Parts: sequence; structure tokens; C-alpha cells
Amino acid sequence: MRDEYKLKARIRTLSDGAATGLAILSTVLVVAPLVAIFIYLVYKGASSLNLAFFLEVPKPVGETGGGMANAIVGSAILLAVGSLIGVPVGISGGIFLAEFGRGTKLANAVRFTADVLNGVPSIVMGIAVYSLVVVPQGHFSAFSGGVALGIMMIPTVCRTTEEMLLMVPNAVREAALALGVPNWRSVLAITVKTASPGIITGCMLAFARVAGETAPLIFTAFGNVGRNVRLDEPIAALPMQIWVYAMSPYDDWHRLAWAGSLVLIVLIVLAVSLVRYVTSRGVLKGAS
Amino acid sequence: MSQDSEIRKYLLSRGNSAIADRGFHWLMVLCALTIFGIVVLIATELVVRSKLAWGKFGFDFFFKAFIDPDTKLPMYWDPVNGHFSALPFLYGTLVSSFLALLLAVPLAIGVAVFLTEMCPRALRGPLAFITELLAAIPSVIYGLWAVFVLVPLLRVHVNPWLSKLLGWTGFFGDDNPTGLGFVAAGVILAIMILPIISSLTREVMTAVPHSQREAVLALGATRWEMIRMGVLRNARIGIVGAIILGLGRALGETMAVTMVIGNSPEIHRSLLENGSSMASVIANEFAEASGDLHLSALMELGLALFIVTIIVNAFARLLVWAVTRGAPSSTH
Repeated sequence: MRDEYKLKARIRTLSDGAATGLAILSTVLVVAPLVAIFIYLVYKGASSLNLAFFLEVPKPVGETGGGMANAIVGSAILLAVGSLIGVPVGISGGIFLAEFGRGTKLANAVRFTADVLNGVPSIVMGIAVYSLVVVPQGHFSAFSGGVALGIMMIPTVCRTTEEMLLMVPNAVREAALALGVPNWRSVLAITVKTASPGIITGCMLAFARVAGETAPLIFTAFGNVGRNVRLDEPIAALPMQIWVYAMSPYDDWHRLAWAGSLVLIVLIVLAVSLVRYVTSRGVLKGAS
Repeated sequence: MSQDSEIRKYLLSRGNSAIADRGFHWLMVLCALTIFGIVVLIATELVVRSKLAWGKFGFDFFFKAFIDPDTKLPMYWDPVNGHFSALPFLYGTLVSSFLALLLAVPLAIGVAVFLTEMCPRALRGPLAFITELLAAIPSVIYGLWAVFVLVPLLRVHVNPWLSKLLGWTGFFGDDNPTGLGFVAAGVILAIMILPIISSLTREVMTAVPHSQREAVLALGATRWEMIRMGVLRNARIGIVGAIILGLGRALGETMAVTMVIGNSPEIHRSLLENGSSMASVIANEFAEASGDLHLSALMELGLALFIVTIIVNAFARLLVWAVTRGAPSSTH
């Protein structure tokens, strides 16, 4: 009888140990590809990064050298247009969800639709914007690319804004209203201002996400081998250029693709780390 | 109104704010409604532009392929002669996504269990940050890495071994020397959907009340028994939701898959063969579509992808909501 108990206890301890081991192993397996990607990116990218990369436009096929200046400028323009569309609309949607629609059916429906829209593949956004903007316009343009990125930013910005506004204590709103401040001023100057670090964080997160998007740009911004700053003409973008160069058969273009990826990933990691820093510091804690 | 106080006079002098308030309210409602507008616009555009292909092929687009009368071989995707069928792309999307789930789900749950129940407090933050970083890496960089590191690795070390060991099943033939194909796409997709599955699983696991864990431990359970009976069993619906959400991501993932799946519109039993997915064929052919019917067929693929991902995402969100609603939003 005692032996049976001992055996059972042993099996239980062993399976506990095995489960722990498996959990640790899977964590290692998940961290490994990330480390591998980063090491390879830094190793490959840093060796091919130089000043020309930031200042020159791509050289024609066969010539070595050149850079991605046009793509960097293009990405900046596309992201600026995207943010101009996505950030105000997203923040306003978030204000509605947190300040006006709390608990209503409409707000629940908006929240749900935003979450679902977040999961719609970016390539579908791309072809939808193609037929919405590019076809009526008659040609590919930087503007249509910006619209595609802006639409993709809206759900993320909207939901994070809502979450941040919900963290603002009600006493702050009540204090403003008790002083006779109109509701719209109370929302903009008191509630939104209190939550602004968090809201900015959310915008950065959405920004970082669309900064690496390629699929919605292929049929909208299209790409451009020369410099372009006009909104009504095709424009290059960093992720799209990386794609084109990665699929090309030339070693020199592969080199540029690695360098471009390193630049892109450094920008995104900086944004995400900043977000992490701000949210973990609990900027809003002082208010609550 | 002679008895008005100074404050009231001051407020009245600043004008009536009721109009401004109402205007602001409606402006915000309008912005919130644009989210519906976007979904409706996308849907109508896709429906209108895919009408041509729908009118020509109807439901056959998704179920049948044109059989070449001479060779008796199916012609799935033939822009030159105008034969279009979604079959190889449906197949490619489903196979690569399920392969990805097969690889990612056990790992993701393992990571979530480790992070919520076992991990020393000092490690938890950095590890959670690393999994978040995995989610932030753009698709095209995963693709670049896959093309130059993962695919050669599969080609030289993994694929020959797979076909030697499991070739008899017919799923791992050895006649594709490129290393591209469904397996490569599945592996890179698995890496890409891991973070979302593991972070949502973590969320539902932390939503399980502590009293459940304490009750199981008080009965003398080991830690693993506590996790199995107290945590995983209570969180299972939410975990299923997280997995379905990961599936939604995998179905629509474009760039990385396009770069490694091989891009041939064919159906093969062997997972080491080249294939093509719905998203990858759109990315590859849309910009240089050879005619209205071709464009329309690609649009119809996009519409199908849109509808499927909306259904999958809505279902998953409902499951996750059902579990996390009413639970403490953060651990104290």
C-alpha cells in the first residue's frame, strides 16, 4: 500500500518536472528565432550600411552602390499622410467610446467592428483602396498609399485611446464640470490631456505597425526608382523596396535589402521600447 | 435677471455651450461611425469589382477547375485562356495556416504557462517584451530572413531528412530542390503568429481567479496539476479564441508567405512542393493583371479572404470576450 502511494507521488513529481521542462523549452524555442533574426540583421545590415545608403537613390541594374534615400523619404511622406488621416479619426472614435457611448449598444458595436477591422488582412485593404482611390484617380499615387495606411491605423488608435481615457478617474471630469466648463472643453482640455501620454503611445504603436506594411502599398504607392515628393505620383517606400530587392537575383541588392531592414527594425524597436517604457512607468498613475 | 451672481454672468457672457457640446458629441459619433463606413466601403468595392468573375464562374470558382480536354490535367489558373479557379489558393492558404497552427499552438501555450505560472518575477518583464517584439517585426523582414536563412536551412538539413523519414506517407516528397514550399511557409507563419496566440493566452490565464489556483493547491496538487486543473481548464474557451485569432492572422498574412511559398498555382499532396496562397497570388499578380477578368478574379479572392477573416476574427473575439469580461483587467 505504501509503495503504491510512493510510486504515485513519484509519477506526479516527475510529470510536474516534465511539464516545467517543456514550458521552459518552448520559451527557449520562441526566443531563439527572434535572437537569430536580430543577430543576422545586425550582422548583415551593419556591414552594408553606409552614408550613401541614406543619401543616394538606387543605381540601375548592374551597377553597385546606391542607396534608399528615395524610399526613406517616401516612407516618411506615406506615414505622414497616413497619420493625418488615422490619428484624428482614431482619437475621436476613442473619445466617443470612452466619454459618450459608455455601455451603449452603438459603442459596443463600434468597439467590436474596430477589433474585427484590425484583423482584416492588409492585402485586402490594399486592393480595396486601389479600387476606391487609384481607379478613380487613374494612376498609382502616394496619396492612395497614405489613405491605405491611415485606414489601417484607425482601429488601433481608437481602441488604445479608449483604454487610456477609461483610466482617467471620474473625479477629474466631475471637477471640471463643477467649475462650469462646457463638456467639450472638459473632454479636450482635461480628460484627453490627462491621458495624453497614453494616447500618444497608442499612436506610436499604430505608427510602428503600419511603418512596416508592404502589402497595402504594392497597388497604391506602387514604388518609384527616383526621388519623388509629390502626393499624386507613385512613390517608393522602405518595406516595399526591401521586398523588391530581396526577390531580385543581385547580391548588391540583397545587401541593400538587409541594410534597409536594419534601419526599419531599429526605428520600430525604438518606438515599441518607448511605448513599453511609458506604459510600464505608469504615467497615468499620478492622476489616479 | 437682476439676481444673477457674478459667476453666472461670467458664464453667460461666454455664450451658450449647448450647441458646441452637441456639435462636439456628434463629431465624435461621426468619427466612430467611420469605422462602420470603412468596413461597408471595403465590402461594396470588392463586391462590385468581383462581379465579372462571379458572373462568369459563380460558385464553381471555389469548387471546380477547368480540365484541359487534351491532357486531362486540371488548369487551375490560366490568365492567357481565361480559366480561373480559386482551388489551389484555398488549398495553399489552408495547408500553410494549419501547418503554422500545428507548430505554434503548443509552443505558444508553453510560453504562456511559463510566463504566468512559473517564471521568476525578474524574467517575466523582459520575456514578455521579447514576445511583443516578435509581433512588431514587419512581415517583409520575416520574409527576408526566411529567404536567406530559413529556406537554405530547410533545403540542406531539414527537408532531405523529412522526406527520408516520412516520405512513405506521400506528404514529404523529395522532388523540390528549392527548399521553398508549404513547409517553409508554415514555419515562418508559425513564428509570426506565436506572439498573438501567446499574449492572448496569457491574458485569459491571468483572468482566472487566484482562488481557483489556491483551491487546487490546497488539495495537495503539484504545480503542473494546478496549472492543468485550475488554470488551463478554466481558460480553455479563451485559449481556443486566441488560437482562432492566430488562425485569422495566418490566413491573411501576405509578404512573408509570398516570399517563401514558391508561387505556383498547383495542388500537390507533398508539403515540400511549391504552392500559392490567396494573399500571395494577389500580391504577385494584381499590379500586372492581364485583363478585366483576371483582375476581377483576384478581387473575388480578396473578397473571399475578407469574408473569411471577418468571420474568423468575430468568432475569436466573442470567445475571448466571453472569458475576460468581468475578470480583473490586471493582476495585482
